[in-house]
Amino acid sequence: MSQSVPGDEVLTAEHVTKHFTASRGGRFGRRRPPVRAVEDVSLSLTAGRITAMVGESGCGKSTVARLLAQIYPPTSGRILLHGRPVGRSRDYRRQVQMVFQDPFASLNPFHKVHYHLARPLKLHGHARTAAEVDEQVAELLERVSLTPVDQFMHKLPHELSGGQRQRVAIARALAVRPVALIADEPVSMLDVSIRLGVLRLLEQLAREENLALLYITHDIASARYFADDILVMYAGQLIEQGSSEKVTDDPAHPYTRLLLSAAPDPDRVEEHSDETTDHGEPPSLISPPSGCRFHPRCPVAMPTCSTTVPTRAQVADAHWTNCHLYDQASVDA
Amino acid sequence: MRGILRSPKIVAGLLILAFFVVLALFGPLLVGADPTKTNSVGLAGPSAAHWLGTTQSGQDVLAQVVYGARISMGVGVLSAVIATALSIVVGLVGGYVGGVVDEVLSLITNIFLVLPALPLVIVLAGYLPSRGVMSVAAVIAVTGWAWGARVLRAQTLTLRGRDYVQAAKAGGERPWRIVFAEILPVEFPVIATSFLATVLAAILAEAGLSFLGLANLSTVSWGTMLYFAQNNQALLVGAWWWFIPPGLCIALIGAGLGLLNFGIDEIANPRLRTVLPKRARRARRAEVVS
Repeated sequence: MSQSVPGDEVLTAEHVTKHFTASRGGRFGRRRPPVRAVEDVSLSLTAGRITAMVGESGCGKSTVARLLAQIYPPTSGRILLHGRPVGRSRDYRRQVQMVFQDPFASLNPFHKVHYHLARPLKLHGHARTAAEVDEQVAELLERVSLTPVDQFMHKLPHELSGGQRQRVAIARALAVRPVALIADEPVSMLDVSIRLGVLRLLEQLAREENLALLYITHDIASARYFADDILVMYAGQLIEQGSSEKVTDDPAHPYTRLLLSAAPDPDRVEEHSDETTDHGEPPSLISPPSGCRFHPRCPVAMPTCSTTVPTRAQVADAHWTNCHLYDQASVDA
Repeated sequence: MRGILRSPKIVAGLLILAFFVVLALFGPLLVGADPTKTNSVGLAGPSAAHWLGTTQSGQDVLAQVVYGARISMGVGVLSAVIATALSIVVGLVGGYVGGVVDEVLSLITNIFLVLPALPLVIVLAGYLPSRGVMSVAAVIAVTGWAWGARVLRAQTLTLRGRDYVQAAKAGGERPWRIVFAEILPVEFPVIATSFLATVLAAILAEAGLSFLGLANLSTVSWGTMLYFAQNNQALLVGAWWWFIPPGLCIALIGAGLGLLNFGIDEIANPRLRTVLPKRARRARRAEVVS
């Protein structure tokens, strides 16, 4: 069971970097350059709090999720659980679980719902006898509101809708009784009408179980609605962090502003400002831009942006960004 | 299930195979005669006493065909089981584990792929200490597993990155459990078709070995029947009833297995369908009429 107290730092990433290299070199033995998917990411998840990680497609969000779930090891940097370095052991799996993006791919089409939930229960020793397993599987299904449980237990994934499958996937993660849960775009593959239900479920579970929840999304509006804190990621790097109100009401980084202006908002009546007309394209992660990785697309780029990497600048309490705009030295110069 | 039985290819294949399975299992009870028992009427054509005539030494051809079905099909199924088991282990372990293990297993697979199978079988069979059913089946299996292993390795490579495999990994499952409980069942259609193809190849290989006189010639199989028919100039003396029944049986069983395999392929990959299902045909006919 989770023993963490609210406010505890549960899962921490310290300067985590992940480069993907092609397993075989290119032609004639030349090595292909690595894809720099994640570069120097540090973050921490707190028990009972929901942290959202926002960024566009291909910015490395899912890689961070898989690094935190230890599906593959980081190239450098450390991942700490309750302040202790971790390996890819089963003990770690017992504490950190993951919900995948695509519920149509994350459940094995050959196994029934019961099997999907019973395996983690048995693996981690939460249930030993068949009766215990059945009882806990029923309990899990009830917690994710898949009732009547007797009916759902014996269904195959193809007999369920997307929302129901995602609930099964959430129940599977909970069966392990983790202290941290990483949800990698848990609702992006779902019909809009059922997204809210799944998000509410995750929120409720996070509060009840005192889980440290990382909610990964490309939808900054849902992050504001759902999360306590928001991390903004761009081209493999974190560029802004703060409470969700601060980041959405008073965004510091130009990229965050762009993201917010791209989110549809019925309350916003103003015309599109000039800032939002030229969006550009996501940069290559094989040869990322020099200096600030956002400078080719940045509407307010300065000469220094293309040469120096911005450092972390504090904007307000618990709100920082990596941008030269807030870097006193470069503003003066 | 209804979809399976609607496919004419599968139904035809199953009927042919069922006929031969029944023949192998219960045929000897009906025929009764000892297939090796000789009598004085050699090379007699089909008659009421001997439905398919007799061989040079007066053995009953029908009895030989019926008993021979047991050996031919037994060797076929046995070696296909061995070959499929080998290909599952090599293909799935190599594909899932990757790295050096995969390199080594792929190398072995590729070597067996390029080895000319029939000459190798002939050489191996020639050196066998005993030429019983088991050892012939083993020799055929050793030369026949590589294709299946290669196909399964490719399948496993695509499956190992799937989310449900990753999810099982994240859930703390052990690698062997992932390979055999998460990946293996998904590959079942591939395994089934490669198994059927291997059964056919093994039946043909057994017949070939026996025809060349490299199997145990004291057992009666379709292959040894052809061997003796050939050695006794059955073709020259016009004793068609001696060599046509075993040859026809081999051809029919091959057709049955092939039809079944094509049928399964069509269900797994609808683009291969050549014959429209009844309902669609009826709809099309109605269209033409109206």
